[in-house]
Amino acid sequence: MKREYMLDDVIAAISTPMGVGGIGIVRMSGEGCIAMADDIFIGKKKLTEKATHTLSYGKITDGKGGEIIDEVLVSVMKAPHTYTKEDIVEINCHGGSLVTRRVLEAVLKTGARVAEPGEFTKRGFLNGRIDLTQAEAVIDLIHSKTELSRQAAVNQLEGRLKTAVREMREEILNMIASIEAVIDYPDYDIEDETYGNMEKGTTKLLTQMEKLLEGADRGKIIREGLQTVIVGKPNVGKSSLLNWLLEEDRAIVTDIPGTTRDTVEEYLNIDGIPIKIVDTAGIRETGDVVERMGVEKSKAYAENADLVIMMLDGSRPLEEEDKEILSFIKEKKTIILLNKVDLEQKLSLEELESFVPKEQILFISVKENQGFDMLIDALKNMFLDGHTATAEDALLGNTRHKDALYRAKEAMEHCLETITMRMPEDFISMDLQDANRALGEITGDTSDEEIIDRIFTKFCLGK
Amino acid sequence: MYHAETIDVAIIGGGHAGCEAALAAARLGMDTVMFAISLDSIAMMPCNPSIGGSSKGHLVREIDALGGEMGKVIDKTYIQTKMLNTGKGPAVYSLRAQADKMAYQTEMKHRLENTPHLKIKQAEIVDILMEEGKVSGVVTAAGAVYNCKAVVLCMGTYMKARCLTGEHITESGPNNLMPATKLSARLKEMGIDLFRFKTGTPARMNKNSLDLSKMQPQYGDEDIVPFSFENRPEDIEKPQALCWLTYTNEKTHQVIRENLHRSPMFGGVIEGTGPRYCPSIEDKIVRFADKERHQLFVEPEGENTEEMYIQGMSSSLPEDVQIAMYRTIPGLENCEITRFAYAIEYDCIDATQLKLSLEFKDFPGLFSAGQFNGSSGYEEAAAQGLIGGINAVQYIQGKEPLILQRSDGYIGVLIDDIVNKGTREPYRMMTSRAEFRLLLRQDNADQRLTPIGYEIGLISEERYEALLEKERLVKEEIERVQGVTMGPSESVVALLERYHTVPIKNGARLSDLIKRPQLNYDVLAEIDPERPALPADVREQVNIQIKYAGYIDQQLKQVEQFKKLEGRLLPMDLDYETIQGLRLEARQKLNLVRPQNLGQASRITGVSPADISVLLIYMEQMKRKH
Repeated sequence: MKREYMLDDVIAAISTPMGVGGIGIVRMSGEGCIAMADDIFIGKKKLTEKATHTLSYGKITDGKGGEIIDEVLVSVMKAPHTYTKEDIVEINCHGGSLVTRRVLEAVLKTGARVAEPGEFTKRGFLNGRIDLTQAEAVIDLIHSKTELSRQAAVNQLEGRLKTAVREMREEILNMIASIEAVIDYPDYDIEDETYGNMEKGTTKLLTQMEKLLEGADRGKIIREGLQTVIVGKPNVGKSSLLNWLLEEDRAIVTDIPGTTRDTVEEYLNIDGIPIKIVDTAGIRETGDVVERMGVEKSKAYAENADLVIMMLDGSRPLEEEDKEILSFIKEKKTIILLNKVDLEQKLSLEELESFVPKEQILFISVKENQGFDMLIDALKNMFLDGHTATAEDALLGNTRHKDALYRAKEAMEHCLETITMRMPEDFISMDLQDANRALGEITGDTSDEEIIDRIFTKFCLGK
Repeated sequence: MYHAETIDVAIIGGGHAGCEAALAAARLGMDTVMFAISLDSIAMMPCNPSIGGSSKGHLVREIDALGGEMGKVIDKTYIQTKMLNTGKGPAVYSLRAQADKMAYQTEMKHRLENTPHLKIKQAEIVDILMEEGKVSGVVTAAGAVYNCKAVVLCMGTYMKARCLTGEHITESGPNNLMPATKLSARLKEMGIDLFRFKTGTPARMNKNSLDLSKMQPQYGDEDIVPFSFENRPEDIEKPQALCWLTYTNEKTHQVIRENLHRSPMFGGVIEGTGPRYCPSIEDKIVRFADKERHQLFVEPEGENTEEMYIQGMSSSLPEDVQIAMYRTIPGLENCEITRFAYAIEYDCIDATQLKLSLEFKDFPGLFSAGQFNGSSGYEEAAAQGLIGGINAVQYIQGKEPLILQRSDGYIGVLIDDIVNKGTREPYRMMTSRAEFRLLLRQDNADQRLTPIGYEIGLISEERYEALLEKERLVKEEIERVQGVTMGPSESVVALLERYHTVPIKNGARLSDLIKRPQLNYDVLAEIDPERPALPADVREQVNIQIKYAGYIDQQLKQVEQFKKLEGRLLPMDLDYETIQGLRLEARQKLNLVRPQNLGQASRITGVSPADISVLLIYMEQMKRKH
């Protein structure tokens, strides 16, 4: 079963653009959000007791009675005079982006859900707050971002994490199937799972989930960053661009060898935008001699990327290979770098513009060291441009994964309780299904039929 | 052609869907005619001789709660009855009864015959008449024209049906009955999409040729529960028949493996898609090659017959192979097969062409119900028949259709599933399909649906009053039990000890004691002197509603969320192609299904949460513009 689409539950997100200053704001909206915030807020007065549109000083903890995360200022704004026309709480954090993230996670643990891109604005509109003329913009926002980020979230999953989550789902699905098969085919010689076995299985899964959640904290920095890929034909100057970026920036976080021999990812930070460039080794190795990054490989990388930088040689006409990649990356955030502007231009701009909007095409010359500043500006515009570039964008995946994993863990805790109380198996199955659904949000596997499919693959049933 | 009659509703087909549809329409005052190719096959059970079972039992109780007939007929004609899953939670308790097939048919036919406003006619319908885009009549093969305002298609598995036993193929409906050969073409001409499904049935044998001593007897329940809320156990008690359990073995599997090439299923002769949950024995042996034996239930077909049904061993192998394979089984060594197993292929529709009311989106007045909609099972068919019949009447009377939501009952889940997703194989009801199954119990079907049946007009004043009285008693008793506090008196301590549950130190509320896994409402009677004398069904409700209160409340909250989205209606004539921001796949799927509300839209495969957001904003835009 798909997760229910919620109309008015409590949503939360970091509402300040990423990479700007030290203050981050976590915003919550929806009925009951003030009471939820009270669960993690320590101050002179409870937030629920404060008047509307007031600011309170206090501390935010990691769950009720948990350690203190940050000193904060919290604004409480009650419906209807708010941006969404719902109750709103805004937590102003002081400790920088990592701390802001932790505060968001604490908020999620109180029962809020990560807001979809544009969801605050959407609610404002649906509740009659925002002018009709803005509806188009809201739709564009939802349209362009939600699917993209969802997809990105799934794709960004590290192989190891993905495998771990998939394996846990396998076990949970098998447990569910065993319970459900007996329920739907009570006469058949399928053995009931014993409570002891189910308890063992559940405990084991719980431990795994807890471990993963701890790991998520440690690996946080590593996983941040816009997945960026540089594509283009041989000899267009990709390696020069990379070298330039790395030299100029000097803020490389680390080099991490990938899972395959030739994938190396470089991290850099351009004016606060964390960027991860994929397959830098591929670019370097090939240099000007042999190009190994063929069209297929470019596509594969581009598929997973948040940002695609494509380099073209202005002194050569567009070739089929180029066009194929261009049409493939149309849907992506793309910057086209037209290199070798110092030579005679043979590439038809008109043709290029049929693939990409004009403003995304930049003219540079690696040889003359020309035009790189425009690249930096373009990057900043693309990701720090007002409401379209909140921190959720780049970090969505991780927070979402964590949130889902946390909900799965909660469901499994409940499951263990149900087992300990010796409730009938169908109640245990309900908890397991909650956990399964939450994990499915991480891996992107959500099918209504999967339980029934599993029952019939696992057991031989039927007249 | 000649004009025969002018009526209100025509029901095409006299199976389980047709019977419920016809009864509902006639009882709601419509002049109704039910057409069947053979009146001797009304309410026939061409496959298993039983009604109910896991989740199907829920359907039968829901049909009864709405004012349908299946539950009453099986209560009258059952020969064994059993409440399944009693070791599990109350949500999955499920009633199943073995039926006397002939008695069931006769009983149902007789009830149809005695229903005012209802006529039954033996005829094959070959044409559907349309006037100004609406249904206006049906035509029989002999040329009789019946003008009518609404038609319910209930043709089951008869449409261009063919049966296969090995190389032997006959153009026939189930049990050698005549198929309906002409209507398919007419429906296609109208633009209705059809496809082929397949299913199968095992052999029947003469009981006198079987050695039952080699099998394990299967008994019915001592304390029986009727399907119908209108029957009391004592009204329908009778001596029960036995079923028997035996197993296949390696020899059986060997015979099958050696002859697989002669199976039309594996030889590629069958085009249709078969259900996973109704696999032939060939399927089972190929797919579960390492399973050493398969269960077979040997079930009587009725009281006045020696024929036995071999559940678990449907097949489309040739007759000689069937004889050899069945005879490898303990107890069946000398079996005399009376009817051979066969596979059957038939035309059915893609149910996404229907609205949730079961009316065709493109043909006002034309409804479709039952196995012809791609479902399987008698109970699934009857449930749709009832809804189709009711909505044909609502349509004629210009009223809103009856649409049960997923949170109202299994019937709602069933129809929502087939209409939104269509099916790739015959659809079987299963408890795991019901996301709110803790609320959709077989024990509370009356509380969920009888008020709806009353409003529609299928439930009598008397029955409705009885329900209100029951609910009043339940409510009062729950309140009382929540208010009673037990001290650690001698009798209380003794009782708790006897049931191996932790002693109480101070006081404990009676309702808290009921919640303990080792205890229930009934066993606490001896320490509860103030307890009023209450009927069994009231006591059951008190127990369940207290014991599982936490879980029930949780699901009620989910239902509340669910209903918010269901309450946002979408116009049926919305052209999704014109809505900016919807993804291509979503546009296509939405235009195909044309959902009636946002909740339904959100359940369509290929429609994402982002698409739902876009729809929400679009609707708000429309609202403000007007």
